[in-house]
Amino acid sequence: MASSAFKISPAQGLSIVIAALILGSAAMVAAWADGFALAPADWQALRFTLLQAGLSAAVSSLLAIPVARALFRRRFPLRGLLIRLLAAPFVLPVVVAVMGLLTVFGRGGPINVGLGWLGLPEVSIFGLHGVVLANVFFNLPLATRMLLHGWQAIPSERFRLAQSLGLPPSTQFRHLEAPMLRAQLPGIFAVILLICLASFAIALMLGGGPKASTLELAIYQSLRFEFDLGRAALLAAVQFSLCAVITLLAAKLTLPQGFGAGLGRSMDSPAPKSWRRLCDVVAIAAAALFLFGPLLAVVIKGVPGLAALPNGVWPAVLRSVVVAVVSALLASAAALIMATGAARNKGKAIELAAMLPLAASALVLGTGLFLLVRPWIAPESVALPITVLVNATLTLPYLFRLLLPEARQLRADYGRLTASLGLPRRTRLRFVTLPRLARPLGYGAGLAAALSMGDLGVIALFAGDGGATLPLFVQHLIGAYRLQQAAAASLILVAVSFALFWAFDRLGSYYADA
Amino acid sequence: MLTLERLVLSQDDFLLTADWSVAAGEKVALIGPSGAGKSTLLMALAGFLPPAQGRILWHGADLAGVAPGDRPLTILFQDQNLFPHLSLAQNLGLGLSPTLRLTPDQAAQIDATLAQVGLAGMGGRKPGQLSGGQQGRAALARALLRARPLLLLDEPFAALGPALKAEMLDLVDEVAQATGAAVLMVTHDPSDAKRFADKTLLVADGVAHPPVPTVDLFANPPQALRDYLG
Repeated sequence: MASSAFKISPAQGLSIVIAALILGSAAMVAAWADGFALAPADWQALRFTLLQAGLSAAVSSLLAIPVARALFRRRFPLRGLLIRLLAAPFVLPVVVAVMGLLTVFGRGGPINVGLGWLGLPEVSIFGLHGVVLANVFFNLPLATRMLLHGWQAIPSERFRLAQSLGLPPSTQFRHLEAPMLRAQLPGIFAVILLICLASFAIALMLGGGPKASTLELAIYQSLRFEFDLGRAALLAAVQFSLCAVITLLAAKLTLPQGFGAGLGRSMDSPAPKSWRRLCDVVAIAAAALFLFGPLLAVVIKGVPGLAALPNGVWPAVLRSVVVAVVSALLASAAALIMATGAARNKGKAIELAAMLPLAASALVLGTGLFLLVRPWIAPESVALPITVLVNATLTLPYLFRLLLPEARQLRADYGRLTASLGLPRRTRLRFVTLPRLARPLGYGAGLAAALSMGDLGVIALFAGDGGATLPLFVQHLIGAYRLQQAAAASLILVAVSFALFWAFDRLGSYYADA
Repeated sequence: MLTLERLVLSQDDFLLTADWSVAAGEKVALIGPSGAGKSTLLMALAGFLPPAQGRILWHGADLAGVAPGDRPLTILFQDQNLFPHLSLAQNLGLGLSPTLRLTPDQAAQIDATLAQVGLAGMGGRKPGQLSGGQQGRAALARALLRARPLLLLDEPFAALGPALKAEMLDLVDEVAQATGAAVLMVTHDPSDAKRFADKTLLVADGVAHPPVPTVDLFANPPQALRDYLG
């Protein structure tokens, strides 16, 4: 039996690979870094990164309070649909959202036209406020869902008691809702901060010049345009340290749940009327308008453009679909192996390895891999495989978190039966694990495919001429101010993303029901 | 023959000792208060809990390190004895071929066994479409197919009504006859023991006492059993 002590399970093997990939990239950029002295421009990028992330997290969390509260206590037609749609921005390609925001808030958009009628000066969407606006667009729905979850977790008996004692809404807020907010908001802020620290695509399209450049964008620029590998590596090292520190700090907070927010029980008690009702209506309507206005604008602008799509859009679609499907399959397989492995083991090592990619960002991994492959092959020749690898790695933590509770449940329910029947590994996988986990696996693979389909990160670093994926293609169109064509291509991107999500999700349910 | 040789099981601050044997084909009931360690003893026999001390022997060979699936036994748990997403035929098939690659002969054998336990023609159904009693029959049918020389029952019929439970015990009897298996059955109901078991052993106060003839045990119950029966 001595040999079994040194045998490595597939889950442990994968953990080592993931850790090597993440920490190896970090080590690679640290080794290549040009000393550790930051130039003034680097300090500027660091400051801007922190500023835009902090502002975005603060604005998203604070605006989410009235929206979540209104959604919690009001009942209205389409409420369920609205809550479900709040999950959609998670898989919405960034270029599409930026396209929509450009259409609404850009020059000649309805906002500036309105300001013109009122005789006010135009606002520009480029720069800090544009970056924050786009980040809020993505993270306000996330924060709202997490807060809604918090509100629903307050036992309804408490509200009933408060109402039976005739406590006014302000007192209720102080005793029931404020403690929940105090517990939830730091975690929500940290999650959003972490997302926004790795802001690349938004800063690429809406940042304006060197004053509004994030670290991720600065990495890209020094690698792509200045060929300054030392500086890119240094910036990547800074970015990695920053994200790692924030991840560690966030791990100490109780992190809120975002995915599971249900539609809630029926409120037994009537919600307050009069001006409070008006406030809630305004909060919900404003949030809905802010979220769906830009998307509607893309549709309106894009539909006429569908007739005259630019050359090269279909090859880009094909490349994107291949990247999305392969990285979704890779990420799901890895998440399945690691989640079942973590459910079997008492130790935390596998769990830690699966969550490690949260501390890395696309551009840090990309830079590490760029430095790694460059001595051997032309980076653009491996653009797609590396994009697949990075996308699969970065989506792994989400899939792992989806699968782990289900894998634990499966083991608790059927682990002993499986062992007592002596099922070999292959049979167990085919007849027990896959059918029982098909639903979350399909859903997770769908999420991974949609995220990968819309990703604009590492591909921008690697793609050569004519090797663009669809998001990069759209970004080039936006950069060339061919906005109608960009909107039309965005529509195709959204349609394919959601089709992929739907297909994987259906496949999972179909397999689970078969 | 199953031998428990100065066996000590320990879980946290729980301790159970046992030192006795069960002969081939014997039917033994395990009775005693809840929490005394009846299920724990079965889990150790099935290979889910390694002994702290002592040995579990089958025909003189130590079972230590033998994987649960390779032990000469079939165990029926309190619940979750069938995979809910597999058909009855597949659930039974796992007892014949762990890879579920069944020959036509084996498929016919499954049909015949289903008929034998009163589930003729139900091979295509999923467990969720069956009653509790039918699920118990299906689990017993798989035990029949596996035909291991030892059958462990961890109160799999506890949720059934008295009449249905009696029916199940008769079926267990048939299965034991057909396979020649020894049976160890956990129960908290003295009438189950009297109805079914040649011998009964009392699990109480950290000791699994040696099995004695059921009639004798209840005719002259020791203090621990009197306390339990009330």
